[in-house]
Order: sequence, then C-alpha cells, then structure tokens
Amino acid sequence: MSEKEIKNLEEIFEARIARDEKIEPKDWMPEKYRKTHIRQMSQHAHSEIVGMLPEGNWITRAPSLRRKAALLAKVQDEAGHGLYLYSACETLGITRDELYEQLHTGKAKYSSIFNYPTVTWADMGAIGWLVDGAAIINQVPLCNTSFGPYARAMVRVCKEESFHQRQGFEIMLTLSKGSEEQIAMAQDALNRWWWPSLMMLGPTDAESVHTEQSMKWKLKRKSNDELRQQFIDQTVPQADLLGLTVPDPDLKFNEATGHYDFGEIDWDEFWQVVKGHGPCNKERMNARVNAWDNGEWVRDAAMAHAEKKEKKKLKKVS
Amino acid sequence: MNSTKNDNNSLPMGEMSGGQRGNLYNYILGIADNSLILAQRLGELCGHGPNLETDIALTNISLDLLGQTRSYYQYAAKVEGAGKSEDDIAFLRLEREYKNILLVEQPNTHFGYVMARQFLFDIYHLMMMKELQKSKDETLRAVANKGIKEVSYHKRFSSDWIKRLGDGTEESHGKMQEAIDDLWRYTNEMFQMTAADTEMAEAGIGVDVSKFKEAYYKEVSEVLKEATLTVPESKYFAKGGKEGIHTEHMGYILADLQYMQKTFPNMTW
Repeated sequence: MSEKEIKNLEEIFEARIARDEKIEPKDWMPEKYRKTHIRQMSQHAHSEIVGMLPEGNWITRAPSLRRKAALLAKVQDEAGHGLYLYSACETLGITRDELYEQLHTGKAKYSSIFNYPTVTWADMGAIGWLVDGAAIINQVPLCNTSFGPYARAMVRVCKEESFHQRQGFEIMLTLSKGSEEQIAMAQDALNRWWWPSLMMLGPTDAESVHTEQSMKWKLKRKSNDELRQQFIDQTVPQADLLGLTVPDPDLKFNEATGHYDFGEIDWDEFWQVVKGHGPCNKERMNARVNAWDNGEWVRDAAMAHAEKKEKKKLKKVS
Repeated sequence: MNSTKNDNNSLPMGEMSGGQRGNLYNYILGIADNSLILAQRLGELCGHGPNLETDIALTNISLDLLGQTRSYYQYAAKVEGAGKSEDDIAFLRLEREYKNILLVEQPNTHFGYVMARQFLFDIYHLMMMKELQKSKDETLRAVANKGIKEVSYHKRFSSDWIKRLGDGTEESHGKMQEAIDDLWRYTNEMFQMTAADTEMAEAGIGVDVSKFKEAYYKEVSEVLKEATLTVPESKYFAKGGKEGIHTEHMGYILADLQYMQKTFPNMTW
C-alpha cells in the first residue's frame, strides 16, 4: 500500500472514531491503534488474573459460609473478566499464550495494587470498596471506547465490578458496626489501602505518557488527575459514613472548588512497586508462573486427547 | 447469620424422639461435611488452575458444594433446636466432630489428584443424591432436587477429565494412574453405614449407601477403562472419617477454616 493510500485510510478511520462509530476486529486500523489496544486490554486482563491472588488468599479463611461463597464468586468473576478481556485481545491477532508469555516474563504490566499483601479479613472489604471503586472510575468511560470488543466487554465488567464494590463496602459496614477489634481491623485496612488506591488511577498528568493518543481513540476520556479527584470526592463521604478516618492529614473539603484537597502522594513508592519491588511482586508472579508451568502437562494432555478423538472420528467416517 | 424456613418436614420434628432428632442431625452432618471439606479444598485452588476455564469450573463446583452445605447446616441447626447458626455448625466443632469421609480431605497434590478425588466422589455423590430425592424428609428431598443438576454436571466434568488425562499423553496417563491408585483406598468408606445412617435409612429419610457399592465400582471401572487406566485391585481400605477420626491433613484444613471464628468469637461478619 502506498503512503498516500495509508494516509487516506487513516483519515477515514479517525473520522469514524470521531463519529463515535465502533471499530471492529476485521476493520482496517492503524498498527499503533492495534498495538495500543493489545497493550491496554492485556494489561487489564492480567490485572484481573493477578488480582485473583490477594483475594484468593482469604477464601479458605473467610469468616462465614456466606462470606466464603461471596468471595469465591467474586474471585471467579475476576477470572471471567480476564477470560473475556483476553478473548477480546485475541481478536487483534495475538494468542493467549503470547499474552501469558508477556506477563510471565515481566514484559507486560498489571495493576500495581495487587502487589500489596492482604493481611486481614478487612482487606477483603477494603479491596472491594476502594480498589474496585477506583477500577470502576477508570473503567466506566471505557464502555464507550472506540474498539467494539473492548467496549462490550467493559459493559459487563463494570456491572459486576459495581456489585463487587457494594459487596466490599458492605463488609466494611459490618465491621464498622462490630466489636472494637473489628472497627480497628477496618481502620487498619483503610490506612493501608487508601494511598495505593489513589495511585491506581495512574501517575499525575504531567508524567502520564499515553494520555493524549488514548484520549483521541476514546481509550481514555478523563485525565488521571481528574479521575483521582472524582474517586476521592466520591469515597471520602463513604468513609465518613463508616465512621473511619482517611489517613491523610491534609484532606479537606474546599468550598471554593467543590472538591477535596488532599495530601502529596508518595510517588517514589508508586514507581518502586511498578518497577517490581513492591511487597508481593515476586510472590504474585511466582504464583502465576507456577500455575502455568504446573498446568502444562494438563493442557498438553487435553490437546493430545482431543487429537486422538478427532482421529478416531475420521477413521470411523472413512 | 442465616436460616432457612423448613416447616414441612414429613415427620414433624415435634413428634421425633430426642434420639431420632440426634440421628437426623448426625445424618445431615455426615452428608454436609463432605461437601464443606471438598468445597474448602477446591477453594484453595481458586486462581491457581492450569488454565482460566478450568479454574472457573473448579470454583463453580466449590460454590455448588458450598451452597448445598449451607442448606444442610441450616436444616441441621433447626433439627438440633439449640439455637445454633449454620456458621456455628460449620466452624465451631472439634476435629473429632466432623464426619466427612477421608477422601474429600486429601490434598491437591497435583491436578490429577484433584480430578481423581472429584471423580471418585462425584460418582458416589450423584448416586446418593438420586436416592435422597426419594427421602421422606421434605427438606432433604428439596436439597437433593436442587443439587442433582449440579452434581450431574460435576460428574460429567470430572469423568471427562479422567478420560482426557488417562488417555492424553504418557505423562498425564502416569500422573492420573498414580492419583487413582493413591486415592483408591479412600473409596470403600463411602459405603459404610454409621448408626445414624442406618436408622435414617430405615426411617426412609436417609439413603442406604451400602446398597449401591457394586454399582459404584462398576461405573468407576467403566470410566477408568475408557480412560485406558488400570482399575486398582487393592483390597485394603482406609476408614474413620465418618467416626471423626481423620487423616493428618484435617487439622490444617480446620486451622484455615476456623481461623476467624476461633480468633474472634461471637462476632458478626
């Protein structure tokens, strides 16, 4: 294809996006669009899969049968989200094995929040309330993103995430109405998860490398800082409702702006975790790699068995 | 704390003697504890499966079993009439008071063991559930009616995996055979009748599991043969779970299971 032809296609493509038309996998798309989507969608899928681990850590120890079932179902939902996000990603011409390879070798990233340990039951509440809360803020705009399979996957993901968030808040609410130990447990969880949750919304706008292009493709509709402000404004009153204290001495409602002012985020910590040196980066990756490696003989067997069956079928036909 | 209303028991509980109630209670726990402990074992695997699809399927099975467990315990709490909740029964007993069979507490050594344990249990579980659908006890009948579809699916899922792994690669065949050979000794216990089992079977409430032992081994053998696996010939079997004498794994399962309830007694979660 000549440069002129490509340019022409690009113009048509950008015009379609501007008209809010959905781009489907078989449509022509610029290589950069394809790559950016593979990067973002796979990062999202990996986050779902790695995100199963910190919560999975409490399944066997959930305090009641009802909570155990709800937690199992929640972690299973995350596997489901991973599954359709990987599938959506595969429509762009990359295999799931390749995507796993990128995760396992550290080439692909996942949300850093999952590199923090879950040390008490209250963390199950805090993760649902704060982490899923921040995720929803990030993800709701994606229901209208330009790439069709991603947008459709996100509609379902967001519905379930919103359910998870309410569930998390309900765990916190139960704790906050409970015994002294339970209230302390809830406060401690808020203390530990608050700042990492704010970091989840990404580096400040000045440091964010992908924002401009992503805005154009509707992969992003608001900047990281705007999203973070939205999250804080929404969450602080919920903390008040729980009777818990947000661990930020600088947090204060600003009458003039109508938003909460908040303290400095420890970006050194953020980058440390992103670069692989958080409290559980190694453990999370080991768990994923082990599951994959230990499952190899199982996947090989399933493949071999399917081939044998196919051969038998063919033999019968001939 | 949850409770289910089950007021339509065919043998009104008011008319049951203390001994009968005790046997019904023990009988229900015998069934329920199997589901609880197996659900707990499967719960350990969530997030660690060989691929996403299998991970999701195993979690589904765990959830089904947990759902059944809750219905049983809620009913058991009512039968006992001591004001306990499903959680009191699930979490606050001593190891010697859990009545599950030894098979379900065996560890997730590798995926072959997970599937072998599931398969050996599912064939039994479906047979038991089918019979339980005929129980004179309306609540147990209702649980069985609801659970039968779930358990049929479990059986299909695990049987398919036995065939896939048995007749897959040389490595998977070896691993599957190893797991079946190792877990075989825990199969016979399923068909042993406790005093409570016998009395409840005689009253038409419980299932006489001893009578489908032959059918069980026949069906298991057929699947194993189709999977190109050898049916173990060992005649030495382990027992004790139904009487509360468990393998050494059980204490650790309970340490996890009971952790919160024991550390923070009498709280609402």
